Amino acid sequence: MSANGAGPLLEVEGLVVRYPVSRGIVGTLARRPRRFVDAVADVSFSIGRGELLALVGESGCGKTSTAQAVLRLIRADAGSVRFDGVDVGRLGAGPLRALRRRMQIIYQDPYESLDPRFRVRATVEEPLAIHHVGSRSERYAAVVHALEQAGLTPPELYLDRYPHELSGGQRQRVAIAASLALGPELLVADEPVSMLDVSVRAGILGVLDGLRRAGLAVLMITHDLSTAARFADRIAVMYLGRIVEEGPARAVIDSPRHPYTKALLSVVPRRDPRHRVNAQILRGETPNPIDVPSGCRFHPRCPVAIPACSATDPQLEPVGDRHRVACLLAGR
Amino acid sequence: MKPPLLQVEDLHVWFDLPDGRELHAVRGVSLRVAEGERFGLVGESGCGKTTTILALMGLLPPTASVAGRVVLGGEDMLARGERTLAPHRWRDVAMVFQGAMNAFNPVRRIGAQLVEPMELHGVAEGAAARRRAGELLERVGIPAARANAYPHEFSGGMRQRAAIAMALACNPKLLLADEPTTALDVMVQAQIMELLVALTNELGLALVLVTHDLPIVAQTCKTAAVMYAGELAETGPVETLYHEPRHPYTRLLFAATPDLDDVEGEVVAIPGAPPRLDRPIEGCPFRPRCDRAFAACVNAPRLVAVGDGHLAACHLNAGVAA
Repeated sequence: MSANGAGPLLEVEGLVVRYPVSRGIVGTLARRPRRFVDAVADVSFSIGRGELLALVGESGCGKTSTAQAVLRLIRADAGSVRFDGVDVGRLGAGPLRALRRRMQIIYQDPYESLDPRFRVRATVEEPLAIHHVGSRSERYAAVVHALEQAGLTPPELYLDRYPHELSGGQRQRVAIAASLALGPELLVADEPVSMLDVSVRAGILGVLDGLRRAGLAVLMITHDLSTAARFADRIAVMYLGRIVEEGPARAVIDSPRHPYTKALLSVVPRRDPRHRVNAQILRGETPNPIDVPSGCRFHPRCPVAIPACSATDPQLEPVGDRHRVACLLAGR
Repeated sequence: MKPPLLQVEDLHVWFDLPDGRELHAVRGVSLRVAEGERFGLVGESGCGKTTTILALMGLLPPTASVAGRVVLGGEDMLARGERTLAPHRWRDVAMVFQGAMNAFNPVRRIGAQLVEPMELHGVAEGAAARRRAGELLERVGIPAARANAYPHEFSGGMRQRAAIAMALACNPKLLLADEPTTALDVMVQAQIMELLVALTNELGLALVLVTHDLPIVAQTCKTAAVMYAGELAETGPVETLYHEPRHPYTRLLFAATPDLDDVEGEVVAIPGAPPRLDRPIEGCPFRPRCDRAFAACVNAPRLVAVGDGHLAACHLNAGVAA
């Protein structure tokens, strides 16, 4: 299909990720039925080259499980993940290993994700060594190039440093450089700036933005709608294992159609003290995914729910140009 | 004019380092907080904001030395060290610690943990204390019956509510909250901020909100102080800080914060990193990162009035002072 770059680079169709729920020793002995929680329940989206998709939602909504399933760090229980036309779930060990060079992940915490005993040079070179790429001098050149791409310039200044000699922002740049060393086409960034100080966040986001412009596909997981609004091409809002709204960033921010998206946007604090938003604070918290509400998963907390919402599980339907919403009321 | 509830004058905190040197974490901070006022203390990690409020509580470790004046309700709390601080702690000034929701004893019921500070400080005892614990839980939005629950039975948001209830146990006049919403989801964060605002309005409680999150302060506080490298860079009404900042750090910090109202606008990082505080700082501490630094910045600027209740420590304001 799209080995030549036509069609989206990543296509996720009907993805389901299911975890067993611990029954405890009593439950096991009593042979209580094994229960499962669908952390990701029928999720579909796609990302093109040069596109940044932000997956936003509250903790436990399934955004990290989605990302892990995309990279096949965990197995999908149903559905498919196609990367450049290849079904990632069906790959054997060899082809999967080859594919992994083309998709990389950056984690949230640069204080945890770097090995404290590795110099920057070794950290960035490690993926190349694992995949037996290039000669020593070629690897050195790749490391220098990756550091430059991540904004650590001049690279010579950083090559021989240890993580403890670097600031949080610099560490995250090293993690980005290590993920870029293999020249990936898809980058998954799991809350890449939430552990960093405000003054350096924009720099890291700028690096991701530059990579996107250079043609990388980026899947960014974030809980920060302001960041998603500024840096994403598309935004997908997740609630309790489902995408409830997905579309071009501007359309989702300027004319949200799902009541959950509307509520989330209404509580985002603004910089300008004069702009007091009319916050629509939802009561309670996201229900436990073990007991998913009937019908629309959001209906018990929804401010505009109608009786039909507790019976019918709405599917994502188009409401505009590439803008989809899963709400019975969206069409009205 | 009525004196402020809290007045901090030239507060300094030093930490002894293992190698015999000192780290000057808070370098001459002065603040005023009025009764019932919501005051934001903003800055990045390591700027001294948490150290400042821990000093107000007298809860710094033994390696710290403190100098300056902290006047609460007319009494100098640091004058005779622990002897003047102890009677105020929890009774007049209480604190919600960073990560407080994870600081409950996991094997004791929430209610029992709320009763503890009341009995310790002689506010209430026995059945009366238990009744008050239930009332406090109700006040923060948790049914009183849940006093029998263990911490693990609460969600993160509920534990944070319970931590706020605990801080209210002895009827303080001033609540210090250190990053009270940091680990919480957006919607729960909104719930907690709504609760803190309601408590200040209804109980006449003053709040010092310590956070790195400028928009939260912009939306909830009347006044704020921006800290940098252990000093106040600027302080004043939040509207003035946003619309007419008089310190480049304040302006750049707002510009580095993405905003839903301005999704097309540039979001610009501040280059460099804050100075180390374990060695002397010469001149303006922000000078190496400042986009407006000039010759005068080799000398340390003083915090001077630049408007009504608005002070900034920047040489750019020389000659244009209020």
